[in-house]
Amino acid sequence: MRTLAKTTRYLALFLLACFFLMPVYALLVTALKDPASVSVVRMWELPASFSMENFRIVWPDLREGFVNSLLLAVPASLISAMLGAANGFVLSKWRFPGADFVFPLILFGMFIPYQAILIPMYRTMQSANLVGGLDGLIIVHVIYGLPITTLIFRSYFTGLSDEVIEAAKVDGAGMLRTFFFVALPIAPPAFAVALIWQFTSAWNDFLFGVLLTSREFWPITVALNNIAGGQTVPFNQAMASALLASVPTLLVYILLGRFFMRGLMAGALKG
Amino acid sequence: MPRTSSRARRRLRAWGPGLLLVSPSLILLGIFVYGFLGWNIRVSFTSWRGQTPVYDWVGTRNYTELFDNERFQIDVRNLAVFTVVFIGGSLLLGFLMAMLLEKGVRFEAFFRSVFLFPMAISFIATAIIWRWLLNNGSGPSTAGLNKLFDNIGLGFLFSDWHKTPSSWAIAAIALPAGWALSGYVMALFLAGLRAVPEELKEAARVDGAPERKVFWHVVRPMLLPVLMSAVVILAHISMKTFDLFYAIDQGNLRIDTPALYMWFTTFQPGFFARGATIATLLLFGIAAVIVPYIWWSVRTERRK
Repeated sequence: MRTLAKTTRYLALFLLACFFLMPVYALLVTALKDPASVSVVRMWELPASFSMENFRIVWPDLREGFVNSLLLAVPASLISAMLGAANGFVLSKWRFPGADFVFPLILFGMFIPYQAILIPMYRTMQSANLVGGLDGLIIVHVIYGLPITTLIFRSYFTGLSDEVIEAAKVDGAGMLRTFFFVALPIAPPAFAVALIWQFTSAWNDFLFGVLLTSREFWPITVALNNIAGGQTVPFNQAMASALLASVPTLLVYILLGRFFMRGLMAGALKG
Repeated sequence: MPRTSSRARRRLRAWGPGLLLVSPSLILLGIFVYGFLGWNIRVSFTSWRGQTPVYDWVGTRNYTELFDNERFQIDVRNLAVFTVVFIGGSLLLGFLMAMLLEKGVRFEAFFRSVFLFPMAISFIATAIIWRWLLNNGSGPSTAGLNKLFDNIGLGFLFSDWHKTPSSWAIAAIALPAGWALSGYVMALFLAGLRAVPEELKEAARVDGAPERKVFWHVVRPMLLPVLMSAVVILAHISMKTFDLFYAIDQGNLRIDTPALYMWFTTFQPGFFARGATIATLLLFGIAAVIVPYIWWSVRTERRK
């Protein structure tokens, strides 16, 4: 009985893993085939010989988008993490009257459908001359990232004991000193979570990017969609492009999976 | 009154700097979230069409026109089908995976990573991979999943996926969407299951409760908040997601949703008023699930 249940469990897990990995298999096998020997019909077959040719073909078209996305995601995540740290600290340890009222209002910003701010946001960015390049896109990612980074740091600092803050106050430290010298030094884990979350969402964003940037500043998702989204694009090139465009976030996931996970959990509030 | 004013000043000195520090963020969010939401609602009551903004007042005309609009009716129905299939499927799959992993299995970390990694991939890349898997060719041009089914002797599973003329075409998109997000649901449930104190379960077992009953009476009630979070998160994703559908098959009306219609009606032909109306309805749809959820979670937090 016992071993039967155990076998069933492992079998189920194995089949589920196959389901989740099946697209990866198709992706790898296709991307690694010699362009001459690729056919949609034989997409599930192993390549006769491994070739990096597909990557070499698509990379020149993707490179610009790749660089743009780095130039976008790195500053956007750093700035929104910094601001989120300040907000989170104040909302948990240096509360002002009405802080309990303000927090849910901030939180709601995390869930709004971006369609409902798209027209005013586009108009505003246009009149501020921020459409076309990356600066407008960075600003937008910073602002709409604030709710989640604030939430991450608020939860983190709530766990910090009040005595530490009180001790700093007694020693005459003001709010800024306490924030910089007491709270920030113990916050690297929260920074890791916030940075990973923000990096991933800026990297994966499409809606803001396609609306706010012109061709030379397209982030990777927009470039990817335009290169590999068409019906006429060779199947192997589409797959190779999708793989290349996913490398940074996959690396983050593999190398920093624990923090990635915590970011996800923060997104679910108290889940 | 000098006394009170000095106390007020002291209080201001205590919390003033904090308020000052967060005020840039609060102002930005005030404008970019609430200001823009209000602005968008205002646009939904105008006749703005074309590149020059028009701020007249046409009352609820855009709303009544939208409800009579055939494409919008199809979109709402599509969204309803998608939401049910996507949420139901992801919940079932996620819960199943969490239950399989809960007791601790060998290679648990491996399985967890495999179930969760699609979360790291953009919807655009996900769509590009899956548009090839959901290929509906037949005969010698059979490809994608259909070809795979053919290879492993499951040919009866053949489907036209999102290209089927049936009104269930949209349900096919729940497959890539579920692939992307059911690992997340698994993670939520797994965290929830592991948060149940072992002593509680042990106590029930000592009282002679069989495992099934332990689950139903001890574990299940504690999973309710997790279930709620998962439903709320999936529901808001399903209502606002745009890029996944857009990149899989953007011209296909069978997989059109209000989020796509908003995009196509606003930024190409310039029907700004109609776009704003669709967006306002999406906002209220999402607010209907999110607001009670935030209210509830802030309240439970305060009670702790």
